[in-house]
Amino acid sequence: MSVDREAGHAPMGPADPVLVVRALDKTYASGFHALKNIDLTVRRGEIFALLGPNGAGKTTLISIICGIVNPGGGSIEVDGHDVVRDFRTTRSIIGLVPQELTTDAFETVWNTVSFSRGLFGKPANPAHIEQVLKDLSLWDKRNNRILTLSGGMKRRVMIAKALSHEPRVLFLDEPTAGVDVELRRDMWAMVRRLRAGGVTIILTTHYIDEAEEMADRVGVINKGELILVEDKAVLMHKLGKKQLTLQLQQPLDALPGALAAYALELGANGTELTYTYDTQAQRTGITSLLRDLGQAGIGFRDLSTRQNSLEQIFVDLVRKGA
Amino acid sequence: MNLYAVRAIYRFEMARTWRTLMQSVASPVLSTSLYFVVFGSAIGSRITSVEGISYGAFIIPGLIMLSLLTQSISNASFGIYFPKFVGTIYEVHSAPLSYIEIVMGYVGAAASKSVLVGLIILATARLFVDYHIVHPLWMLAFLLLTAVTFSLFGFIIGIWADNFEKLQVIPLLVITPLTFLGGSFYSIHMLPPLWQKVTLFNPVVYLISGFRWSFYGLADVSVGISLAATLGFLAACLAVVWWIFRTGWRLKA
Repeated sequence: MSVDREAGHAPMGPADPVLVVRALDKTYASGFHALKNIDLTVRRGEIFALLGPNGAGKTTLISIICGIVNPGGGSIEVDGHDVVRDFRTTRSIIGLVPQELTTDAFETVWNTVSFSRGLFGKPANPAHIEQVLKDLSLWDKRNNRILTLSGGMKRRVMIAKALSHEPRVLFLDEPTAGVDVELRRDMWAMVRRLRAGGVTIILTTHYIDEAEEMADRVGVINKGELILVEDKAVLMHKLGKKQLTLQLQQPLDALPGALAAYALELGANGTELTYTYDTQAQRTGITSLLRDLGQAGIGFRDLSTRQNSLEQIFVDLVRKGA
Repeated sequence: MNLYAVRAIYRFEMARTWRTLMQSVASPVLSTSLYFVVFGSAIGSRITSVEGISYGAFIIPGLIMLSLLTQSISNASFGIYFPKFVGTIYEVHSAPLSYIEIVMGYVGAAASKSVLVGLIILATARLFVDYHIVHPLWMLAFLLLTAVTFSLFGFIIGIWADNFEKLQVIPLLVITPLTFLGGSFYSIHMLPPLWQKVTLFNPVVYLISGFRWSFYGLADVSVGISLAATLGFLAACLAVVWWIFRTGWRLKA
């Protein structure tokens, strides 16, 4: 299945794609069909979150774009250049922070980051490397061997390596997997700074709150199929359900039969009623519910509403696709 | 041509040599010195000369070749295997690099290290015996050609290997025996006629013979054949490397 990223999508200014994936397919030698006819466009300067459960195809997709895995069928363009034909151009534009902490344990932080810059065809620029290390709070560790660093620091080194050649498109594959809250917040701040500097960010994650916090748009991939691409806000509005919670004046033992049609949930020892409704529906049913509650003699002292999280939306989508 | 990348890989690989100086340089020098002590002094004192050359001097090209082959293979195979093993190979794959540049970086560094070791052994030999080099430019040419060829071979082994044991199999079980039986410590003319013919199936004979010719003007086989055999093996290694990168064999899924 493929999803046109523009279909049903609110305009975000002139279309300026930086990554265009067309009909991408990948089957590994083992026979595992990892990607099925993927179509995707990512816009310049946006933060795009690719969500999906483990084994959905997120890392395969990124690995093909970056040149680590051979593509099957289809084509990929980065900034208008084909990733196979013009691989030198596309790869010099891209930075990648892989999921695994794979570093040269015996090298110093400075040397390994400088090595990465050279590898991507850039002349030495100590001032830039210094700035990257300072931005990532690695400057004090620049002469330390990587094997002496903590896991969080190693993760920062991976990011520093990816930024060493000043990429215009940055892939972050599960950037905050296994990192503590502080580092996670630091990374989110860094990603926002990069985006402000014009870098397009594509991150894969299965932490929904990460996508909810950071992304402009969200893609959901499951079993190798891109099942949805949408603006995060539009997605939450379109697919989101809300919950109305009523704090009752008197606890109830059971719900009256007259309210059965509302599918209410009685909780908190009978003192709380929860009603779930669709914000996109023509009628939410709130008015009639409140009226029927009044007629049933059920009074409430407070009420609140809550928007469903992206996580719930994601779970629903993946469940439907299963 | 991404020369910055070639230089980055080359310097990165050479840096490991300096980090592991004892293992990279001191160890082959020590083992070669032991060969001189055992074969050159202890046994060589009972062999006055081989084809007019003192036995101690006669074995120098063979000893250098022994180290050159094993060092070239182990340097290059480890150089490419280690990033595969720890996972840092992703960076090489995702960089704007052609396979020629990757090979230039890794094989160039491996060959440089083994040439360095070869030259150190040559200098060490001076401490034990007197020798002269009749064709110094040919000596350097054979040294470089053999180092590059066997570094390419090591590079292939490093890509093929999926564990550390496999890295050692070819150098230990194939290269070292062939070198010992390829005339490192004797002239093949000293063998019975049947074994002389059998020995000609050993490719290392041609390497040692050509190299020894550059030292003393003496060869077990024609120097032209030696050169052709070395170039032939180089071409075969280049063809295999080209195929590996074209197909992504053992490198890319």
